[in-house]
Amino acid sequence: MQGDAVYARTTMGGIKPPPHKHNSLRSRIMATPIPEHLAIPIGPAPSGLSATGVKVGERVLKYQMLSRYKQAGLTGDESGQLAVPIHAPTSGIVTAIAMAAVAEASVQERLCIHLSSDGLDEALPLQSEKDYHALTPPELFQKIAAAGIIGMGGAGFAVARKLHLAAQQEVDLVIINAAECEPYITADEALIRERAVAVLLGSDIIKLACAAKRCVLAIEDSKLDAIAALEDAINSPLLENANVELRIVPSKYPAGSEKQLIQCLTGLEVPAGQYPTDIGIIMQNAGTAHAVFAAVVEGKPCISRITTLTGNALQTPKNFDVLIGTSTNFLFDLCGINRSTKVKSIVGGSLMGHELFNDDAVVNKTTNCLIAGTVEEFPGIQPEQACIRCGYCANACPVNLLPQQLYAFSDYEDSNQLIQHGLFDCIECGACDYVCPSHIPLVSHFRQSKNSINAHRLSMERSQQWQQRFQYHQYRIKKDKDQALGSKDSISAQESVEFAESFATETIAEQESFSKEKASREIAAAVARVKARRSKIINGDPDKDEPPSGDSN
Amino acid sequence: MLPLSSSWFVQIPASAAILLVSILLLSKIYHYFQCQLLAQKSLVNRINKILPQTQCGQCGHPGCLPYARAISTGEAINKCPPGGLTTLLELANLLYEPVRSLDPAHGQFKPFSVALIREDECIGCTKCIQACPVDAILGGPKLMHTVIESECTGCDLCVEPCPVDCIDMTAGTDNLAPESCQLHEARITTPGARP
Repeated sequence: MQGDAVYARTTMGGIKPPPHKHNSLRSRIMATPIPEHLAIPIGPAPSGLSATGVKVGERVLKYQMLSRYKQAGLTGDESGQLAVPIHAPTSGIVTAIAMAAVAEASVQERLCIHLSSDGLDEALPLQSEKDYHALTPPELFQKIAAAGIIGMGGAGFAVARKLHLAAQQEVDLVIINAAECEPYITADEALIRERAVAVLLGSDIIKLACAAKRCVLAIEDSKLDAIAALEDAINSPLLENANVELRIVPSKYPAGSEKQLIQCLTGLEVPAGQYPTDIGIIMQNAGTAHAVFAAVVEGKPCISRITTLTGNALQTPKNFDVLIGTSTNFLFDLCGINRSTKVKSIVGGSLMGHELFNDDAVVNKTTNCLIAGTVEEFPGIQPEQACIRCGYCANACPVNLLPQQLYAFSDYEDSNQLIQHGLFDCIECGACDYVCPSHIPLVSHFRQSKNSINAHRLSMERSQQWQQRFQYHQYRIKKDKDQALGSKDSISAQESVEFAESFATETIAEQESFSKEKASREIAAAVARVKARRSKIINGDPDKDEPPSGDSN
Repeated sequence: MLPLSSSWFVQIPASAAILLVSILLLSKIYHYFQCQLLAQKSLVNRINKILPQTQCGQCGHPGCLPYARAISTGEAINKCPPGGLTTLLELANLLYEPVRSLDPAHGQFKPFSVALIREDECIGCTKCIQACPVDAILGGPKLMHTVIESECTGCDLCVEPCPVDCIDMTAGTDNLAPESCQLHEARITTPGARP
């Protein structure tokens, strides 16, 4: 085991909002009573009905798999089979398979398996594995994939697949992200405070699975209890064979963002448009590490997660070990909600979270925090005023962008300048919104610009596809007509010349910029022309002349 | 030009020089005309890139490329309803022309839609297949036809020839529309001291 914690350097930008964390940290993590009704979301993969492996009216046991699941589990989902399976959180009867609201940032509704629990909590037997060191990486991937674990931090990427890709790219460093920099969220802190050994063993399993050299757990310096628990755990005999280092990062928002944390710990910057695995680093959330430990060592599939219930409208805010599919209202009632003072329900933290419009929304595997806010906490959106070019946003930006400049360009809808000024590097952390004295919702503007630029790109691709199909259609019609007329020999060859030329005119568009693509296209056109001429000379059969591979612009 | 009396060591280089100069001159002239041709073609290409490529023929030309050629020789730019305002603005920007409203003789702006065949009513006449400019309809004689949604340009050309009127234009799953920003309006700000 490595020795004491090491303090990491600070990075540029960032803000220090009031943390609002102490309320939910007063009590231990509690298990909820089993709710009468659960709705387990299918997804995030959009496979729909074809992926369900149970029928309405069927009785299921705790830990039973509810979806059709592909054994390989590492290559995404095709033919209605989930790469990430879902499991029954308790025993009961499937009452319906229908849409239900989910507490997630990206979508409001998902197809869910509705389960009416019978209260018996009858479970399938679990296969525990004491010595995970004996397992090979493929066996580990298989166990993690079968347990249905996705990234618990919020992105929700299938963990087995991410580890598999990382192992292929030969990563050196695994970072376990326990920074949890956003206000209100304490799920990871509470988890580490009470189950530090499990989190560290899970981290070690992740390191073994992707064959990395080092594993580092990063935590903010304000989480004193959790740091103490980690230091105790590292020196305990349970972790003799494990090898996880502890790093303490300065607490500021957004220290826990993937690229910022990498920069903070290693000094390396992830290049624009690339992933951390491209520079040999993989990052996983602390909650994910705990779920991996449960899956590999205890054999337990992912049927619950730690979720923070907080906000001033709750009498006893706390962290719950929530079964997936529990409704938000059920959890709010357990914490003694005062509905008259609640003005907003929020899923996620207060800076990157989204408002929850339906309090019956169910908890999914990525729901880390639910806030029931009062009007004092969330006074609403202040009226937007003109940009005074104070430059606070540029100082706050953790990616070193110029938000005020981007804001001006997004106002003019100047997409070239937006791309040049790095709009697509914006991580949408909201630090610029927070510091703006004119209350400009900068991130909303940036999201809108990103969407419209993406839409324009897509429409260009679509029109290109239509153009190619139209050209092929014309070519086919002419060929059919010629064949019907019986003048097979020379005209068909001439046609193919014309067709090749019609593509050649496309290539002329980029005369000023000589590119490899263009050269290869010209060569293809020339080859087609030569072929046509040759077939004309030897009067070859007309069926042979194929249109040149269509890549026009 | 050259004195006949000159000896061979003057004559040979001189004639070589004349040959070289004339070759250079000819190549320059050839290059000039080539450039003119290219400029015309590249303008057609740039216009064609802006046009939406639905191949609907509402402009009165059989396809987008012929209309692009016509624009390059001076035809009005406001004859493309499927392109919408974006196409009109981009064309005006490219050609330094004033933005005029859409020519009503060629149709109205309308949202993107795709054709859908009511399959139990289809009699398998193949008329829509022949009308489709992008071969997006599948089927055979006296067999049911269907539209490949991902390839349909929404050009309307298959609706008119259908003898039993079983083709509808429906709002397609338009993945190009910018994501609704209602969700983003939910973004909240925590009050607190500003730095």
